[in-house]
Amino acid sequence: MAPSTHPLLRHGLWALAALAAVALLTAATGPVTDLRVADVGLHLLAVAGLQLLVGTSGQVSLGHGAFMFVGAYTMALLVVNLPAVPLAAGMAAACAAGCLAGLAVGAATARLHGPYLAGATLMLAVGLPAVALRFPDLLGGANGLAFTAIGAPPALSGLVDDTQWRALVVWTAALLGLVVLATATRGRLGRHLRALRDDPTAAALSGIPVGRARVTAFVISAGAGSLAGACQAYVLGTATPSTYALTLSLVLLAALVLGGLGSLWGAFWAALAIVYVEVAGTELAHALHLDTDVRNNLPVVFFGAVLITVVLAWPRGVHGALAALGRRFRTPLQTGEAR
Amino acid sequence: MQHFADLTLNGLASGAVYAALALSLVLIYQATRVLNFAQPAFALVSAYLAYAVTAATGSYWAGFAAALAAGGLLGAGTERLLIRPLRNASPLSPIIATLGLLMVLQGAVGMVWGNEPLSFAYPLDYRGRFSPADAFALASVLLVALALFALYRFTPAGLRMRAAAIRPEAARLSGVRVGAVLAGAWALASAIGALAGMLAAPPFLTPNAFDAVFVFAIAAAVAGGLENPFGAVAGGLAVGVLLSYVTGYVGPELTALAALVVLLTVLALKPDGLFSRAAARKV
Repeated sequence: MAPSTHPLLRHGLWALAALAAVALLTAATGPVTDLRVADVGLHLLAVAGLQLLVGTSGQVSLGHGAFMFVGAYTMALLVVNLPAVPLAAGMAAACAAGCLAGLAVGAATARLHGPYLAGATLMLAVGLPAVALRFPDLLGGANGLAFTAIGAPPALSGLVDDTQWRALVVWTAALLGLVVLATATRGRLGRHLRALRDDPTAAALSGIPVGRARVTAFVISAGAGSLAGACQAYVLGTATPSTYALTLSLVLLAALVLGGLGSLWGAFWAALAIVYVEVAGTELAHALHLDTDVRNNLPVVFFGAVLITVVLAWPRGVHGALAALGRRFRTPLQTGEAR
Repeated sequence: MQHFADLTLNGLASGAVYAALALSLVLIYQATRVLNFAQPAFALVSAYLAYAVTAATGSYWAGFAAALAAGGLLGAGTERLLIRPLRNASPLSPIIATLGLLMVLQGAVGMVWGNEPLSFAYPLDYRGRFSPADAFALASVLLVALALFALYRFTPAGLRMRAAAIRPEAARLSGVRVGAVLAGAWALASAIGALAGMLAAPPFLTPNAFDAVFVFAIAAAVAGGLENPFGAVAGGLAVGVLLSYVTGYVGPELTALAALVVLLTVLALKPDGLFSRAAARKV
């Protein structure tokens, strides 16, 4: 593709190709894999949003699960109270609610940095899901809100089954979000954020609007997170506070660090890790006849160990390692290039 | 009015726990510029070990001593194995590493003791308004804070700790063993964190028992200024009383959000915490 193509168009074409690949994959496999593919898609979107915030702008947020909570509950409330609302409108509303939440949190925390920001967002991750317990009549308390999600449209009933349709819906939403994120990261906002991350003082001196860039990053990231939450509610047919506990926020961050900070490919490896570590943990526990206490805690311990190992020994994550490998293979061919 | 007085006294007792955990966060931040997200996991492991020791020996105080010792060992080990290698890494690295440790320890506790709540014994009478247990919590935390002040202000060991934290190179040139001193600060702080765990644990112990306590402790430490031990103690007591009012008048579920609102308000007014001195240069 010519390098002069508009980035939005280029990213859109990539997204269409990815959607076609997902359609082929789900057509070739069964319902279990379909749901896992959907799970990868929504976690990809959530982690990619976190990537913009942590990887590109260097703001450590431990509260990304709270934005998924906002999206999931907006979606569930809409479907429960207004069943006639079309799916796309529900997703859009969830995304908008997340952007608003991100605007509020981003504006409130714009002056915080490092451990202060991490502490404040940690409190958000612990505090927000408890709101569902405070208002049991509206938000369903600890049991959450359950609803029947819309299945495949009748016109497509011969072509795709319900689980395939869900995977396609999730990936459509995820890829739309990724196109926005990729375009923002490559464009002016991304340059501003990277400059802010590397040297805030120099960036401010060069005329970059520090506060506005940071809040914008928060808004986009929260929008992606809540769209992912809406997708999750749609796939599961329910939104419960325990799904969005602190552990979720920590696992998202852990997977992002494992995948590699600063690249959307890192978010992809992260989403694969989130879904398949859970699967592998369950299978391993079955094979070794471990009891439920061990099995339930296996993924958390794994991700914790991964965080420590990556930080100590492998700071650039999976994507960094792959990129280094790729460079090693390419180097002999590109001898003239300075780098 | 009676209700208000009860809420205030309850708040002071739970505030003592937040103050102790906030104190341990601040001591570690002072020494190594790391906000230790694994602190609640240290308290958790200590409390579960105390539970096991108490069950084995029948003595609450044997368990108490075991908890403090375990906290100290965890702290020193973490400084040596995890924080010291990351001394020159980006500020993001220690945050992520201690979060990883939090997940590992919390998960490991769940694996060993299960996610179901265990009933944890009270050593003292806990019934009624401002019970002996509440008095013990408040008195022990105030005593620890005074002892710390004396240690840092009046003893050579305290002087070495301050020197190692503020000017590590100069301290090393003057013969201070900086590594050992910093590990000592982590051990001391984590033993105080274990004390907080012992005070917060009853009546039921679960792997997530300290998440909320930790959130309030962070609020207390940050609101008091991350560098000021007295700020941490005052912040802890203030947060305890304030949240007790929220629990009594609004609902216990919203305490964490209320703490966040308080924290953001304090930081908006004084970005380095209530008890900070104005810094000539932000670090």
